[in-house]
Amino acid sequence: MATTKKYWKSTAQLDESNEIVKNLEQNEFAAPIPTEEFLGNNEVMEESSTTRRDFLKYVGFSTAAASLAACEGPVIYSVPYVNQPEQIIPGMANYYATTIADGYDFASILVKTREGRPIKIESNKDAKYRGHANARVHASVLSLYDNNRLKTPLVKGAESTWETLDKEVAQKLNELNGKTLAVLTQTFASPSTMAIIEMLKSKYSNVRHVTYDTVGEDGALNAFESKYGVRGLADYDFTDAETIVSIGADFVGNWQGGGFDKGYSASRVPSNKSMSHHVQFESNMTLSGANADLRYPVTPTEQKHILAALYSKLVGGAANVSLSDKVAKVVEQTAQKLSKAGSKAVVLCGLPDQAAQQLVLAINEKLNSSIVDTAAPIMTRQGNRLAVDQLVKEMQSGSVGALFVAGVDPIYSYDNSDAFAKAMEKVALTVSFASREDSTAQKCDYVATTPHYLESWGDTEIKKGIVSLAQPTIRPIFDTRQLQDTLLKWSGSDQSYKDYLKLYSKSNGASWSQALQDGFFTSNVGLQVDENASEFVASVSDNSALSQLVNSKKPSGFELILYTKTGLGDGAQANNPWLQELPDPITRTTWDNYVTISQIDAEQLGVENENVANGGLNGSYVVVKMNGVERKLPALIQPGQAQGTIGIALGYGKTASIQAEMQTGVNAYPFFKSGSSIQAVTVENVGGEHEFACTQLQNTMMGRDIIRETDLTTYINGDKHEFNPMPEVSLNHIETPVTSPDVDLWTSFDRSTGHHFNMSIDLNACTGCGACVIACHAENNVPVVGKQEVRKSRDMHWLRIDRYYSSTDSFESDEDKKDGFEGLFGDNGSLGGFGELENPADNPQVAFQPVMCQHCNHAPCETVCPVAASSHGRQGQNHMAYNRCVGTRYCANNCPYKVRRFNWFLYNGNDEFDYHMNNDLGRMVINPDVTVRSRGVMEKCSMCMQMTQMTILEAKKDGRMIKDGEFATACSNACSNGAIKFGDINDKESEITKLKNSDRMYHLLEEVGTEPNVIYQVKVRNA
Amino acid sequence: MIKRKLHFSAWQFILASVFVTFSTLSVYGQDAATNDGEPAAPVEASGSGNAAAGEALFKANCASCHKLYKKAVGPALHEVSQKYDREWLYSWITNSAALIASGDAQAVAVYNEYNQTAMNAFPQLSNTDIDNILAYTDTPKPAPAAAVAGAVGGGQATGATDNSLNSIVLAALALILVLLVALLFVVNSTLKRFADANGIQTDFEEEKEVRRPIWKAFAENQFLVLVSAVFLLLASAYFAYGALMSVGVDQGYAPVQPIHYSHRIHAGTNQIECKYCHSSARESKHSGIPSLNVCMNCHKSVGEVADATYQEGINEYGVDYNKEIQKLYAATGWDSDEQAFTGETQPVRWVRIHNLPDLAYFNHAQHVTAGNIACQQCHGPVEEMEVMYQYSPLTMGWCINCHRETNVDLANNGYYEKIHEELSKQRGGKQLTIADLGGLECGKCHY
Repeated sequence: MATTKKYWKSTAQLDESNEIVKNLEQNEFAAPIPTEEFLGNNEVMEESSTTRRDFLKYVGFSTAAASLAACEGPVIYSVPYVNQPEQIIPGMANYYATTIADGYDFASILVKTREGRPIKIESNKDAKYRGHANARVHASVLSLYDNNRLKTPLVKGAESTWETLDKEVAQKLNELNGKTLAVLTQTFASPSTMAIIEMLKSKYSNVRHVTYDTVGEDGALNAFESKYGVRGLADYDFTDAETIVSIGADFVGNWQGGGFDKGYSASRVPSNKSMSHHVQFESNMTLSGANADLRYPVTPTEQKHILAALYSKLVGGAANVSLSDKVAKVVEQTAQKLSKAGSKAVVLCGLPDQAAQQLVLAINEKLNSSIVDTAAPIMTRQGNRLAVDQLVKEMQSGSVGALFVAGVDPIYSYDNSDAFAKAMEKVALTVSFASREDSTAQKCDYVATTPHYLESWGDTEIKKGIVSLAQPTIRPIFDTRQLQDTLLKWSGSDQSYKDYLKLYSKSNGASWSQALQDGFFTSNVGLQVDENASEFVASVSDNSALSQLVNSKKPSGFELILYTKTGLGDGAQANNPWLQELPDPITRTTWDNYVTISQIDAEQLGVENENVANGGLNGSYVVVKMNGVERKLPALIQPGQAQGTIGIALGYGKTASIQAEMQTGVNAYPFFKSGSSIQAVTVENVGGEHEFACTQLQNTMMGRDIIRETDLTTYINGDKHEFNPMPEVSLNHIETPVTSPDVDLWTSFDRSTGHHFNMSIDLNACTGCGACVIACHAENNVPVVGKQEVRKSRDMHWLRIDRYYSSTDSFESDEDKKDGFEGLFGDNGSLGGFGELENPADNPQVAFQPVMCQHCNHAPCETVCPVAASSHGRQGQNHMAYNRCVGTRYCANNCPYKVRRFNWFLYNGNDEFDYHMNNDLGRMVINPDVTVRSRGVMEKCSMCMQMTQMTILEAKKDGRMIKDGEFATACSNACSNGAIKFGDINDKESEITKLKNSDRMYHLLEEVGTEPNVIYQVKVRNA
Repeated sequence: MIKRKLHFSAWQFILASVFVTFSTLSVYGQDAATNDGEPAAPVEASGSGNAAAGEALFKANCASCHKLYKKAVGPALHEVSQKYDREWLYSWITNSAALIASGDAQAVAVYNEYNQTAMNAFPQLSNTDIDNILAYTDTPKPAPAAAVAGAVGGGQATGATDNSLNSIVLAALALILVLLVALLFVVNSTLKRFADANGIQTDFEEEKEVRRPIWKAFAENQFLVLVSAVFLLLASAYFAYGALMSVGVDQGYAPVQPIHYSHRIHAGTNQIECKYCHSSARESKHSGIPSLNVCMNCHKSVGEVADATYQEGINEYGVDYNKEIQKLYAATGWDSDEQAFTGETQPVRWVRIHNLPDLAYFNHAQHVTAGNIACQQCHGPVEEMEVMYQYSPLTMGWCINCHRETNVDLANNGYYEKIHEELSKQRGGKQLTIADLGGLECGKCHY
């Protein structure tokens, strides 16, 4: 039976003799209170001239002095506007629709502003396309208040003025003498920006625009362009998908810019007794693999062979590839499933290879897949690596007279950055359009400092035909000017970009005010594609593409798969502490990148991972070598990593204009040769110990019945009591459900009137993307604690996404094992039973489970609080009065869900924690409706009390009842995948009431009798 | 002998000072008559109109934009009838827009001079009415009461030296007292010496009956000591408790503000609704200190206070209201001569009076709009406050108490419809307090 399946979070848990894990499971806090640090030092104690009596006197005196000082309150000033803008009401939030387009992430969003400062990003649910924000987009509001941004334009590295810069650059542009003016930019996908670059071209004779994606998609772009004539990417909507086969494409994560998870999640919820079937062939363990029904760890070379085999089975052509029997069988089954699902099937490919991408397009065309949209492609990747390489050559030859760099940092991210730097020296005029002094800006003569996107105008054609508009949500904080404004000026125009954009959008069919309010409009002209790209695209016939794949050979060493993490992405926001501290959904590691390696390879190389006494994870270092590139990284043993492959995350190791605390990890871009994410490398163990800040073992829940899952057949045909049984206890020798009032120790309150909030978390819809974690950070002023504190299990995330591995493929064998278990320990103990499971390194199944305060109606934390700081509200929320808390931490000890977080330190205004809450600029992101907690108090999820109260107040002000769907929390708003739903169960018609009565509904640790107000929906696998 | 002489001169000085003080005070106390220059009384009808009727009409229709002797939104109207042709004035006043539209050169010139601010049309005014108004505006400007004004000025001047004079007097008095005490000692010791020299016994104490001092008796009565000790302890505990509980409670806090703003005049005398200025109290958690553009809605035309108000300010509160209005103009950059904003603004740093700690969440809209509570319930008789002060203690006990005692009006808010229905079934029409609806829960105010 599914519910008895056993889960583990770390391979260390599988070792029954591991004392550390046992200790961690028994203790709420990994580390004891560090009294020994100062009391244990006898020398210091004896040297001290302060006697105990003196000490007490000091204490007494300072207490008295403090109370006396408190008698006189400070004088607080209140400075109103002289002319208050009409739309601003102090204390009320305003929302503006805008668009993020930082070259890596593109989304239509809403920005919540308070008194004129943006404090939170929300999804733009009304947007026509890509209206949902991921974790990085949610965190981007903090990047606005980054103290390391440039504050003025720079001339030769020194702060200067725009007049000087304009004058000097104009003079030098006039001295070009026919040499090329190269404009190297990120993908803007912005029609108006393209038009402005055209203006620049008409002003200066020899202008060349080269688009460069930091993490490019050349293979897919080239294949799409040669097949459909547009440099774009196919769009996918998985909502109606029946069979999804992905070969190395992490489409739930960051593949091709991400954003496909919304439709995917919709297809994964078993409504009408059916759900999509997802097969994943991949090397690294990715979010997609973690969510797949069937996952096969294979090397990239094998992936090519599998794709070739699939192609020959579905489309035709001979593919004489040698696949192992097991894989061959799987490919056969997969091909059958695909052809059975027909137009509701889709094949995806993440191989950085034009041939592979071309075959996938052909397969989808053959399947007549309705999931794929090639007519209106996604335009958010336009870069062409060959064009960039060509530009570097031209710069070296001296034919380039001026170089403008905008939105990219090639000195950091170009694989041969030394060559790029040398080539730059041969260019007479180099101008960087950057908002921070990144590696490239440091080497440029001029930096035309650009504002953050929340201070800028803009338009972005994310998908062809739909233009998202960007508008400033705050006045520019620093003396900055947008790229477009600067280019307009240098092209000899007097127009501001705002006016230009307005006219341009109107001419493209926008009703300006309406479009600005909505954040998008439907364009009546297509995107102006960079015409230079085509010359670098070679077309290949499908047959030769097939033979290319068939003939690909496995390299002798390891195959390295470069990927981007959920947190840092391509590294553009490396100075963002929220993202640095966001645990990776799979490895649960923060503040680091590392080599992921399979258990078997690790054993062969002698790479070790071990947990030390405080739960921290230590790992050996390895050296990864590739044609003269050599980097030393820590190694992390990753269950499910394909043997013979390793993974390294890009985006780390940035140092230029990055605060010291945020200079984490190793820059892996030198491995990213020719923009290809797959490389042949050798790996060598060099020993040593690296300290990871990994939350995977923290707050474990002793292997209790926490995740419940079943398979689709059982779910459809089975009884609720079979796949989702209610725990029972014996009352007078009769088994009684624990929810029965007869066995309840508690008196229940009457919650029938007013609101009673419940939150439902659907384990099927949750992909582990982490957007909710960051949204919670932003909404609730959750502090960042830093790597060392995370390592000590002192992370402050109110909402964590637990990741569980489970090792058995079939439920039957699980049941047998479960029947054999007797207690936790001993020969047949369940802890020991873990050891008998399959080798976890092979291919574990993964489940994600967001856990926050469960808001128990019978809350164990409330009864043990000596000062009643934790109390219950009739609306179902468990309240935490910070000012009442004295920090005994009894509540955390008594919480079965381990969701309470203790403020070990003062995290704001403290130089020891030099993150955003330590400077005035960074503090501007703080939500004024939520208390900033102080040292020594316990905190936890409040179920966004401030938001529910605000919803109620708005209704009272209007004198109306509250409609279903009005109540929301930060996490439920952020969850565009529909995994987190929030509402009032006293509203009998509400969605949440239906979810509460669903067959899949269960409570965490039902048997404890806490009656939580957070409900979970059983995970159903379509295996 | 020399000493005695000195004493006499001191007395003379004191008497002189007291005299001077009283005489200045009496001068200061005189009622000052008007100097603003409204005609003292519309004495007789000049020209063809009735000035008394004209005054009423002027105050009802014209005064919001025109002053007699000073430019406001529109020009000063004193002797306007001599500047323009009367027929032209009739048509201008009844419908200036039509006159401008007709291209009348004079009308267009006036229109342009005043920033093309259109004057309201007054078709309801007959020519007679206009005659009356013009009669009023033609009333000769009264001569400023120079003597009285001079007296006021003098009074102020004396007032300025008043303080220093006072301290001189006090110092002199203190000196005299000290001298007197010294003198007594000298006299006493001289007498004693005389007595000793004459052999008169001065020490009578030995003859007194030896009595136990009362404190000794008290100290020996243990019961009394105990009772008083207990009493003392209790009393000091009571006062200590009171003192400690008032730590951080700023009831009565009335800081000096950068601009002396009188709620008494605005909310009391002029009956301006609280939420006209504190409009965000309806919508938001903050009541909002009004931005200065709200002030200027009225103060563009109210550049000076009425004379009686002015005097009241000077006499009772020691405030020159007109100067305070000038501070507002300086802050907003309003040039009252040009009737235009200069664009140079200087935000005002008000001292915040009602300060809740950050850990408490309070929402004005909840109380004002949803709860329908009058501002005065928490802020006290604001309409009587010349200087705004904190009326309520703003302690948690005070909040809670009100939540316990206040009934919720369930019937008149659509939000409570369902709750009302269910609860009236359950409780049979019994009133519900805020506490019954969860208004005492920690998390409602602390998050």
